[in-house]
Amino acid sequence: MNGQVRALTIALTGQPNVGKSTVFNVLTGLNQYVSNWPGKTCEQRIGSLNHNGLEIQVVDLPGTYSLTANSVEEQIARDYIIQGQPDVVAAVVDAASLERNLYLLAELLSLPSPLVLGLNRLDVAEQQGLHIEAHVLEAALGIPVIPMIASKGQGVRELLEACVVVACNPHEFLPNRPEIRADHKAVMQEIAALIDGCVPEPYPTDWVASKLLEGDEEVGRMMQSSLGENWQPVHAILLQHEDAFLAVASGRYEWIGRMVRAAVVRPKPGQVTVTDRLDRYATHPVWGLLILLCALGLLFFFTYALGSPLQVWLELNVVQAGAVWVSTLLAAGPEWLVGLLSQGVIAGVGTVLTLLPILVIFFIGLGLLEDLGYMARAAYVMDRFMHPMGLHGKSFLALFLGFGCNVPAVMGTRIIESPKARLLTILVAPLAPCTARLTVVALLSPIFFGPNAWWISLLLIALPMGVLLLMGKGLHEFALGGEHTAFIMELPLYQLPNIKEIGKGVSQRTLDFLQGAGTIILVVSVIMWALSHFPGGEIEESFLAVLGRAMAPVGNWMGLDWQMMVALLTSFVRKENTIPTLAVLYGAGQDGASLAQVLGGQLVPAAALAFLAVQVLFVPCVATVAAMVEETKSWRWTMLSVGLLLVISLGVGVGIYQGARLLGVGV
Amino acid sequence: MTKPSKYLEVTKIAANNQALQTLCDLPIGGTGIVRQLSGGREFTNVAASLGFTPGVEVTMVQNYHHGPLIVSLRDTRVALGRGEAVKILVEMV
Repeated sequence: MNGQVRALTIALTGQPNVGKSTVFNVLTGLNQYVSNWPGKTCEQRIGSLNHNGLEIQVVDLPGTYSLTANSVEEQIARDYIIQGQPDVVAAVVDAASLERNLYLLAELLSLPSPLVLGLNRLDVAEQQGLHIEAHVLEAALGIPVIPMIASKGQGVRELLEACVVVACNPHEFLPNRPEIRADHKAVMQEIAALIDGCVPEPYPTDWVASKLLEGDEEVGRMMQSSLGENWQPVHAILLQHEDAFLAVASGRYEWIGRMVRAAVVRPKPGQVTVTDRLDRYATHPVWGLLILLCALGLLFFFTYALGSPLQVWLELNVVQAGAVWVSTLLAAGPEWLVGLLSQGVIAGVGTVLTLLPILVIFFIGLGLLEDLGYMARAAYVMDRFMHPMGLHGKSFLALFLGFGCNVPAVMGTRIIESPKARLLTILVAPLAPCTARLTVVALLSPIFFGPNAWWISLLLIALPMGVLLLMGKGLHEFALGGEHTAFIMELPLYQLPNIKEIGKGVSQRTLDFLQGAGTIILVVSVIMWALSHFPGGEIEESFLAVLGRAMAPVGNWMGLDWQMMVALLTSFVRKENTIPTLAVLYGAGQDGASLAQVLGGQLVPAAALAFLAVQVLFVPCVATVAAMVEETKSWRWTMLSVGLLLVISLGVGVGIYQGARLLGVGV
Repeated sequence: MTKPSKYLEVTKIAANNQALQTLCDLPIGGTGIVRQLSGGREFTNVAASLGFTPGVEVTMVQNYHHGPLIVSLRDTRVALGRGEAVKILVEMV
């Protein structure tokens, strides 16, 4: 070590499902912070540690199969390695699928940063019957190869030490680099000669030449603007060799084959692994669906069987008790302050607090399924049903769980890798009928429809699902370009879940929710309280009532009066709020009249149906909107979804009432 | 809009090379060697990074003649749709 280096940056790369985040967590422990990559909706995790007095920063790059700018992740990873110039890149690979994993290494080797290879999951490889000699691989590659079992903490320290040694002696880093397939060598040299001297810093010329041949559009644009009119001859060569990409990829795999030949002892052919045996059922068209239904049923059951009682307990003993406590404490204080604290702040905190049990249990279940390797199978089984809508099989999982509550549905979309499919799922997630909305339907339909309530309720549950399908299809075609992302994905090996990792993920996701969505929920709750309280102190004379009266014309088309419109507006804070608002506005409780009595005669059946249809399709609750903002990182997309839902819900309401009037039924 | 032409292209290649079939035609347990990839750069990029390059041996794990397939190659399992599998031409062994 030359002793001059005081601070080092290690970039951690690897393909998905290789245990990279475990390595990151073992290395940095609690000293990590999460933000977004500048200008991207992709998580950036940076951690720090101190190693023998050396300050080390570890940047966890997104998991990618290659570095070809096909996805945001790949672009981020390669831009960081080229422009961020980390002192050393630690590539974590899965020993159980070494060949495929070394593809990323082959790409990394053509970049200037020195490398260390972490040969992870050796235990899994042994289980598969694969035996790998790390030192033989090291000799072939010419870079340090560290045997690791990160889930047990083995080898992580050695990886760190190897990184420090390599980073401090960059000139001793002389790896064996892959070359392009022999039949394309001459073309590549020709291109390299043409662009030499014009490649912007800090891009390596050979790398740019190779990427041009691979047809990388980003690099193409960069060179087109830097070469100016000299781009023409390069472009002509590229057009003649449009198939060169496969030559480059094949060259890499040929090189990989040579590297691993001596280092890997393969199992006898025909050996049936645990994963093969499990997959016979988990991915079967019939058994697979049944297993998926059972898995989801269990997840659903635990989330609500454990979560709901906890919610009720929190509501009674913390939220309501808190409100009472504040009222007694401030009994002498001004009335608005008591209202602000007990109905605004505590109601907001209460919403966040009572959502927590459900979210935490849901995240644990999701983490378990993901860590187990089952999530990819579930996606595979569901993909054929979701594909026509432009959605991924994993979208189904998130949406299905939205039946309980839309917030976990939105947060659960994190399991979807494709950014477009994820965005689309988030945008339609509010249409999964949640329990709060079902409560309102269940309470009000008997009042409005008497003996017909049961089938009308079922229709009202089916309605948002139908709209979900249409809106998904519409958004897919018109807002997101309509193209199908190719369905091709890895099915990782099954493994025993790592409880520590899952715990880490759960706490991270929960914290994210509290910080991002929690704040929005609290602020909006206070604003909504103020709107319903000021200027007069009574909801009948409040700003909200003014707004409700202003919306009365729209209400008229649906046969609804302004009280009903206010009830819809207050459902923005919590969907169940519709009920108490109606009770207050129609004066239930006065003279002993129940809600059923005061409400029963108010509406003709067509208007009542219109009201409930609007209620189930209306703007999602503030917690869902906050989660959407948090997850899309975009107010624009969130507002598009909210606006669409507003228009659709009112449109359907007007349609139902006017249609009924035309037909002369229920009016 | 480009889809039909790609399919045409695939069938044309398949017709010219009697020995080549699409990955869809591989029965469960059958093995083939990838000879050609067609269908746009984005797809070939992703497919190649997952291990599909000319010369690689692919074994069919699941193929029920409708719905997506599972194949095993380079010690990994990859799931892909039929629309994707039809763009991968293999030589049966």
